[in-house]
Amino acid sequence: MSAFVLKGVSVLGAAPTDLVLRDGAISDTSDKSAEVVDAAGLVALPGLVDLHTHLREPGREDAETVETGSRAAALGGYTAVCAMANTSPVADTAGVVEQVWRLGREAGLVDVQPIGAVTVGLAGKQLAELGAMATSAANVRIFSDDGHCVADPRLMRRALEYVKAFDGIIAQHAEEPRLTEGAQMHEGEVSTRLGLTGWPAVAEEAIIARDVLLAEHVGSRLHVCHVSTAGSVEVLRQAKARGVRVTAEVTPHHLLLTDDLAASYDPVFKVNPPLRTASDVAALREALIEAVVAHASKSVEQLKLVVTGGNEAAHRLYKRLGFEEYGRETRALKYDGRYFDDILMVRFLTVG
Amino acid sequence: MIKHLRSAADLDAATATLILDTAAEMAALAGREVKKLPTLRGRTVVNLFYEDSTRTRISFEAAAKRLSADVINFSAKGSSVSKGESLKDTALTLQAMGADAVVIRHSASGAPHRLASWVDGSVINAGDGTHEHPTQALLDAYTMRSRLGRLDGLRVAIVGDVLHSRVARSNVLLLSTLGASVTLVGPPTLIPVDIAAALEPAEPTRGGKPKETSAKVSYDLDSVLPDMDVVMMLRVQTERMQDSFFPSAREYSRRYGLDLARMRKLPEHAIVMHPGPMNRGMEITPEVADSSRSTIVEQVANGVSARMAVLYLLLGGKA
Repeated sequence: MSAFVLKGVSVLGAAPTDLVLRDGAISDTSDKSAEVVDAAGLVALPGLVDLHTHLREPGREDAETVETGSRAAALGGYTAVCAMANTSPVADTAGVVEQVWRLGREAGLVDVQPIGAVTVGLAGKQLAELGAMATSAANVRIFSDDGHCVADPRLMRRALEYVKAFDGIIAQHAEEPRLTEGAQMHEGEVSTRLGLTGWPAVAEEAIIARDVLLAEHVGSRLHVCHVSTAGSVEVLRQAKARGVRVTAEVTPHHLLLTDDLAASYDPVFKVNPPLRTASDVAALREALIEAVVAHASKSVEQLKLVVTGGNEAAHRLYKRLGFEEYGRETRALKYDGRYFDDILMVRFLTVG
Repeated sequence: MIKHLRSAADLDAATATLILDTAAEMAALAGREVKKLPTLRGRTVVNLFYEDSTRTRISFEAAAKRLSADVINFSAKGSSVSKGESLKDTALTLQAMGADAVVIRHSASGAPHRLASWVDGSVINAGDGTHEHPTQALLDAYTMRSRLGRLDGLRVAIVGDVLHSRVARSNVLLLSTLGASVTLVGPPTLIPVDIAAALEPAEPTRGGKPKETSAKVSYDLDSVLPDMDVVMMLRVQTERMQDSFFPSAREYSRRYGLDLARMRKLPEHAIVMHPGPMNRGMEITPEVADSSRSTIVEQVANGVSARMAVLYLLLGGKA
């Protein structure tokens, strides 16, 4: 029996209140014995889920362990993380995924859900024992060779088909390897100027286009990891419109940063897939909101959000996507001696 | 004066012209019996060569020695680099030894940019990966100016493997800054994407529609030659063939090689350049390479003068 009172917390951005938690669930009765936590200025959200983490254990405990990754996740408000399979040894057997799952239980901070490799050793040659991982204690349902693309079309088809038996999903790292040999950054004006080998957008888009067709053909579920280009967004939009069972994710850095940062040659800006151009970033932002709206439309009539005054780029984006201003909270924020208004926006949805 | 020479884009027109004028004074010195100047006595120049090089390394060494600097030659072979030492740790070692200038040749694009953030001395790019080779562009501009009397308005074709060429990138930037108009010629597979926009000189404004000074691109060497004052042939590595950039060495030479028949299409006064090392018979025939229009050997001699000028000005000499 454990109980907490979060004092003065803002639930989903609403006015501050006291939130009582009992045995991990929200409770409406207060409790004198509850431990009081001062949550003034903090926001309470449902537990976040990270579909794409690298916990590095086993094999690279110097970089990260299941425990340190769990700590970071919990600190950031995450209650579940999916751990990618590119460990050493690779998480391509029931033994390794069970080890990761058990380490997550031992750390005891968040749900650690292992992702299994699609192919043995991430080598892209031969299917890993997907069924054994699915029926193991780790109960794996997402399979990915993340970091490597399942480039062989026949193998990808088989993987998509095979996991239907236990309602699995193949999460693809979309990168046609022959088009990205030696690649260092996005192929474009900046890579030409910097003399760095380019990672063309088409290397991602071609694989996504192929994979949505394969998923459609065999009637399976596809997830696309870290989508980074406007062209990929377009391919996914068309596939979803046709009813293909495909989902996708985007990283914070692909929503915020662009390829011109590579001009410093600082390797902190070298990621895979690479940072893209401003028009790609714009397309990804729109696609993310579009997906949220589509999801919300199943059950919600109005979507509300708050933009800080002065954030013109965000204000314009939301306006373009059908959000209207319905009010302002003047001087909602004071930062560095300056006051900022909160702009309250709403978009009415058609349920169904 | 600028502190580092990492890219030809570090040079505005005034600075580039000052370097070329200084190089001319340095060249006059080469005719004297005593070729040395005491200018950089007590200063240390480190030649940090991670890649094999004949002419650039010797040229920098000769340039520094003629200015009386102490020269330390460092090559990756036989150093701690072969034990796996990182560029940063090597840089910190050089920093501790008090190098006034580090001349770096590296197979990775951007190595000089990174190095400049770790050492206090001047960093001079002697060729980094497929990025830039600014002193080559300076010696090429110097050679053009001394042969043809001017750079402003000059029409220059750079022919061949532009994609992998650091010489081409630096030349486009420097020549555009100095008012020449550059046409890049090669098979489309060897011309990098968005090249004209990528290599527009920083001044006066970037972006927008292509300016007079932006490089042009052509896939047809024969149609370009009659209008050129300078044609610069780039080295084409035969390994590119395995990568399907072009079908065969023979087809490449037939379409983009400079032979006598093509050379005759050039105007009477036009010159033929090559940064070396040449593949005789591939991008250039021996008759053309050894003809009176060829400046290939002259370029090497001018390299020493241009590099003397760069070292002299970057290390605080007065022009």
